[in-house]
Order: sequence, then structure tokens, then C-alpha cells
Amino acid sequence: MKLTGWGRRTPRATDLLMPRGPEALAAAVASDGGGAIARGNGRAYGDSAIGAQRTISTRHLDRMLAFDPARGQLVAEAGVLLCDIIDAFLPRGWFPAVTPGTKFVTLGGMLAADVHGKNHHRNGGMRHVVDWIDLAGPDGVIRRCGPDRNSELFEWTIGGMGLTGVIVRAAIRLRRVESGWIRQTTRAVPDLAGAMAAFEAAAHAPYSVAWIDCLARGQAAGRALVMLGEHAPAASLPPELRAAPLAVPARRQRKVPPFVPGRILNGRTLRLFNALYHASGRARQGTRLVDWDGFFYPLDAMLGWNRIYGRRGFVQFQCALPLTQAQGGLRALLDALAAAGSGSFLAVLKRLGPQSGPISFPLEGYTLALDFPASARTLALMERLDRITIEHGGRFYLAKDARMSSRTLHRSDPRFATLAALRVAEGLQPGLASAQSERLDL
Amino acid sequence: MSKTPVLILGARSDIARACARHFAARGHPIQLAARRSAALGPDRDDLELRHGVEVSLHEFDVLDLPAHAGFVDALPALPGTVICAVGLMGDQARSAADPVAAAQVMRSNFEGPASILSVLAERFEARGSGVIVGISSVAGLRGRASNYVYGASKAGFTAFLSGLRNRLAGRGVHVVTVLPGFVATRMTEGMDLPPKLTAQPEEVAAAIWRAAERRRDVIYVRPVWRAVMGIIGLVPERLFKRMSL
Ligand SMILES: Cc1cc2nc3c(=O)[nH]c(=O)nc-3n(C[C@H](O)[C@H](O)[C@H](O)COP(=O)(O)OP(=O)(O)OC[C@H]3O[C@@H](n4cnc5c(N)ncnc54)[C@H](O)[C@@H]3O)c2cc1C
Ligand SMILES: NC(=O)c1ccc[n+]([C@@H]2O[C@H](COP(=O)([O-])OP(=O)(O)OC[C@H]3O[C@@H](n4cnc5c(N)ncnc54)[C@H](OP(=O)(O)O)[C@@H]3O)[C@@H](O)[C@H]2O)c1
Repeated sequence: MKLTGWGRRTPRATDLLMPRGPEALAAAVASDGGGAIARGNGRAYGDSAIGAQRTISTRHLDRMLAFDPARGQLVAEAGVLLCDIIDAFLPRGWFPAVTPGTKFVTLGGMLAADVHGKNHHRNGGMRHVVDWIDLAGPDGVIRRCGPDRNSELFEWTIGGMGLTGVIVRAAIRLRRVESGWIRQTTRAVPDLAGAMAAFEAAAHAPYSVAWIDCLARGQAAGRALVMLGEHAPAASLPPELRAAPLAVPARRQRKVPPFVPGRILNGRTLRLFNALYHASGRARQGTRLVDWDGFFYPLDAMLGWNRIYGRRGFVQFQCALPLTQAQGGLRALLDALAAAGSGSFLAVLKRLGPQSGPISFPLEGYTLALDFPASARTLALMERLDRITIEHGGRFYLAKDARMSSRTLHRSDPRFATLAALRVAEGLQPGLASAQSERLDL
Repeated sequence: MSKTPVLILGARSDIARACARHFAARGHPIQLAARRSAALGPDRDDLELRHGVEVSLHEFDVLDLPAHAGFVDALPALPGTVICAVGLMGDQARSAADPVAAAQVMRSNFEGPASILSVLAERFEARGSGVIVGISSVAGLRGRASNYVYGASKAGFTAFLSGLRNRLAGRGVHVVTVLPGFVATRMTEGMDLPPKLTAQPEEVAAAIWRAAERRRDVIYVRPVWRAVMGIIGLVPERLFKRMSL
């Protein structure tokens, strides 16, 4: 079986196991040969969810087990999809307390990457909403781990990219919402400094994110749209929505055709797309109501959008820069992009709150995410971006990485050496290993 | 109007699980029947939590024929619809060499399902309503060297369903025969199946639900299979016997 990540780059051979229950899953983790890693819904961009030898899919462990409305606590198997949690619980007035930019991820994948959402600056990541996990280790034993028991294993699993075991089930807290609508405020800003000032001024906003047009030239260089959002209280909705505030009309899904001609994304179409996007954002400046799906998951409306980059696939770059160095670092990253003349289809900027767990990606500062078609040129550019990130005290997000060198990772982030040592000490290695962990010497 | 319960036989199978979700999402109470039914607790919790319907678990072995009437008596309510997903592929080489293994395949696909559906057919007929869904297989349409013991037992089951439908027509009871082509399930895991011919369990469930609603008689899930089997049916036996299938 050959697998890739969401970026569809360089398929890798691996055995794929699809256990039907917790016991079968634990046995699959423990079986001889080592090199096993969990795979949720394969939304990590690179090779995080491809086993060095065996890949253990959690897709059949997709049951929701219990819900306690007093605490908003949901207990579910790790393969449950976020979209199913929303389907089941939004009608009852609950929403995920943390969500990434796609709802097609599993609970296990969200925990393993300690994903951050547009509310990270205020609410933190998954580490802040998880009460406990059941973790299957390479010894075939399933252990309950939480802040109060097996706490070291717990802490290093949230953000540990599957390298400490396979999460079988978990208890997470959902948040109360009164409606399925978001009050969104959009502001067009002329440049990076404007975007950062807007974030700092909006520290109280529950959700915030910015999109940067890094293809604009001259006067328009660095222009951005900053989007803020909050869950709309039921009483604030217009009368026609107030009757059923949690019901939101289903969005039409489009599907990218299976064969996309060559490279429809080139410099010209990218620039056009970005210009149009910016223009439409500018036209819609101000505050309006949008539904939860459009606000949190704009890309999900286009099923299979990862194919638009053609057969060679694409790569993401995502770094986080500490607050003190953020402005200089971001400036240098955008300058390098401009100098290379390679734009990014999407450039997303986000203010992060403090780091939560020992191996969590977020840190108090800013994160920038960029998409590139995979090519020798963009890969060389990304190495330049790596260097700039390190020079500014930044770190990298493994859920997006497909190509970094081990040296780059370890120079940027000494915590990974600690993770690697812990893996040896706890006997987690070589039982658990992904293509990524081998590449990065974890 | 409250929805009638749906009884699912062989509830652990991937197709059965997808059916349970599909019907539960539309408000039907669900009766899950399987061997080692106690282990289906998480499935019950999941269906209840997601869809807010009542779900019950029932111990059921399709090979235990004498127990079938008592099994039906013990259900909390006579279901409106029964879906039989029980099946056993077996290993063809073993079935060819070992008569006991072959009998197990034949009994699991034909004798057992025919028995339990007969019991339910009686009750449905007496009530004057009900839908019986039997999951058979295109493998029953023509015997092939690679799985003719399984295929023969499915052929028997298909003929049984067709006769049952004929008998119950006009008595308020409808019978659906499902002839899925390849389905990506535990049964076919590790096989190299052509993606265009391979349905997901959720597709099978949706097709079954539609067929039950619209009182369709025989469905193939992916329409391409009707054509494929049409062509396979046309090959003269003289040639067919020499093909490696
Ligand atoms: C369009 C898009 C937008 C995104 N936006 C964001 C965002 O805003 N913020 C953010 O933080 N991320 C974001 N991501 C990344 C994504 O949230 C993560 O990669 C997430 O881990 C994917 O979940 P998955 O179930 O697909 O996991 P996979 O991709 O299958 O696996 C990811 C990692 O989790 C591990 N893993 C999966 N399941 C388990 C388990 N049960 N036990 C242990 N380890 C496990 C795998 O081994 C692997 O290391 C985005 C991705 C896409 C495609
Ligand atoms: N997958 C395909 O490509 C395909 C194609 C055409 C038709 N089908 C048919 O679809 C149906 C569902 O199969 P599947 O693909 O979902 O595979 P599966 O998971 O192997 O399902 C078969 C089910 O039958 C049950 N079963 C076997 N013997 C039994 C017995 N004596 N008593 C009670 N239950 C018994 C099994 O229960 P346990 O869990 O207890 O073992 C299992 O749940 C079967 O009838 C199969 O023949 C499948």
C-alpha cells in the first residue's frame, strides 16, 4: 500500500492496518516489526501519518461513547471525525472548543498535533480541552493518561505526533453556543504592520485570523484582510433566524474533478485569485453574520481541493515566531517570498497564545502558514524560509512539514531532542515510528 | 408517525454498522443482533448518542436454527424492517478440500439466513406489513473457480429471496435482494479491488435505505455491476470454463 499526506507528494510504501476495535488496535501496535504509527484522516500535509513499517488507521474506531452535559464532556473513540461531532452536537447547542481549519480531521489527529484554532490567543489548543486519553503502547497495553495519572506520557502525547502511542479514546470538553452563526468583522489593512496592530487591538476577540496577499506588488505589497469572529447570541439574530438559531442551511459541496489539467495554479492565476479575494474582502468590510461552516472551514466546501496542485503535489510551510521577534521575522519571510517571486496560494497569519504542553507547537507570538506547489524552486525557497525562522527564534509545525531536514528541526527546537530521549527511555522506539520521525531523527 | 424498529442481523459487519447509522439517523429504533452481542455496547452508545434513538442488543447465531423462533419472540418489538448482513466468505481452497468447512460456508450464507428470514416472514405476513432485506452477492450469479462454494450458497440465498418475494407479494410484505459488487469491508480487506467497482459500506447502506423506501426488488448498489454481470452472464459456458476467474 502506498500512502501520502494531504499534500499528495511522494507516495511511500507501508502496510496499512484497519483494526475494528480497541483490542485489535492494541494488538496491531504491539505486533512484531516495530515502525508503527497511527493515521487518522490523513490531513497532515506530509509524512506524519505514514508508518515507517506499519500504518494503523483509526477510521473504524469512530464511536461516540458518552456525553455529560453538565461539563460538556464528550468521550469518543479516536477515529471520530470532527464533522460528525459538530453534526451531533451543534443542534444541541455545543461546538468544538478548539478546531483547526478543516472539519475533516479525527479526534486522535487533533490531539496528536495539539491543533490550534482561531481562538488560540484566548483559549489555547487541544491540551486545554482534553481531560484524559486512553493510549495504546508498543507493549500492547492501553493506559489511561491524564494530568493526574501517567501524566508525563499524557503531556508528551498531546502534540507528540503519534510517537508516544496510539490514542484509542479520549474525553474532551465542548463549549456552549447559542447559535450556529458567527458575527464576523472583516478589516482590510495595507500591510503587515497594520495586520499585527489589528491583532493586538483585537486581543479580546474570540476568534481572529488574517490572510495576506503576498503576491501583491509595489504599493499593495503585504496587504491583508483581518477577520474577527464571535459566536452570535441567539437574541442578536435577525427574526427569521431566531426561531431556529442552531439550524444552518447546508452548504453546497463542490468536488474537484479527479483529473486536473497540468498546473492550473501558476503565477498568473495565483495573482488573480489573490487580487479577487482581497477585492471581495475589501468590499465586504465591516460586520456581518456568516454560518459556522463558512467561517471555520472555507476550504472544506471544495472536496479534494488538494488536487488543484496537480500530480506533483504541494507543500506547506508553517512556523511560529515569538512575539519579540515576530515583526522582523515575518517581514524577512515575506521579503524572501517576494524576492523569489513565488507566491503562496494561501498565506495565513495568526496570533498565538502561550505554549500549553511540553511539545505543543504554539508559542506566544505569531504563526504564518504558506502553501507551495512542490518543485525544486519552491523547495529551495523553503530552506531559505527555514533559516530565517531559526534566525528569529522560531519553530516549525510538524503537522505541516514534509521536507525539513533533521538538522533544521533540532536547531530550531531543542524540545524534540527531549522527545527523542524520552522515546528511548520509555521503550517507545523503535516500536513507534513514522516516515517523518525517521527523517527527523525522533 | 413514529418510525418502526429495524433489526440488523450480523450487526458487527461493516455494512451492517453503516446500515444501523443510516436508519438511526432517520429516527428508527435499532435492534442489533450478533454473536458476542455484549461487545457491541460501544455501537449502541454511539447510535443512541448521535441519533437519540433506542438501541437494543441481541445474542444471535445464524447457525443455531432451533433458537430462531425464540430469538424473534424475545425482541422488544417485532421490527418493521429486517436487514440480514450475515455472511461467510470462507477460504475457497479449504472449502474445496474440506466438506465440513464447505458446509459451514453454505449454512452461514444460505441455510441460516433462510431460516431466520422464514421465521420473520411468517410474523410479518401475519401482521400484514414489513420489509425484508437480504444481502446476497453477485458471486451467486455465476459460479467461478475462485469462490464457487460461497457463490453457490449466495445463489441459493438469492433464489430463496426471490421466492419469498413472490410468495409475499400482495400481502404487505416486501423483500429486497441486495447484490453488492465489491464492498470495502473486513471481508475484502487486503484484496486488490478496482476502486471504480468497489463501494463503501455507507453507499450500500444508503442504497438499502432507498430500496426499502421505494420497494425496489433487486439492487446492485453501483449500477455498473448490472452491466458487468450482464456481460459475464453472456459468455458461453464453453469459453467461461477456460477463463481464469
Ligand atoms: C485545510 C487544512 C487546514 C488545517 N488547519 C489547521 C489549523 O488551523 N490548525 C492546526 O493546528 N492544524 C491545521 N491543519 C492540520 C491538521 O489539523 C492536523 O494535521 C491534524 O493532525 C490532522 O488530523 P487527522 O485526523 O487527519 O490526522 P493524520 O493526518 O492522519 O495524522 C496526523 C498526526 O496525528 C497522529 N495521529 C492521528 N491519530 C492518532 C491517534 N489516534 N493516536 C496518536 N496519534 C495519532 C499521526 O500519527 C500523525 O502524526 C489543517 C489541515 C488542513 C488540511
Ligand atoms: N464485502 C464485499 O465485497 C461483499 C460483497 C457482496 C456481498 N457481501 C455480503 O455482505 C454481507 C456483509 O458482509 P461484510 O462485507 O460487511 O463482511 P463481514 O464483516 O465479514 O460480515 C459478515 C458478518 O456475518 C456475521 N456472521 C458470520 N457467521 C455468523 C453466524 N454464524 N452467526 C451470526 N453472524 C455471523 C459475522 O459476524 P461476526 O462479527 O460474529 O464474525 C459478520 O459480522 C455478507 O452477507 C457478505 O456476504 C459482501
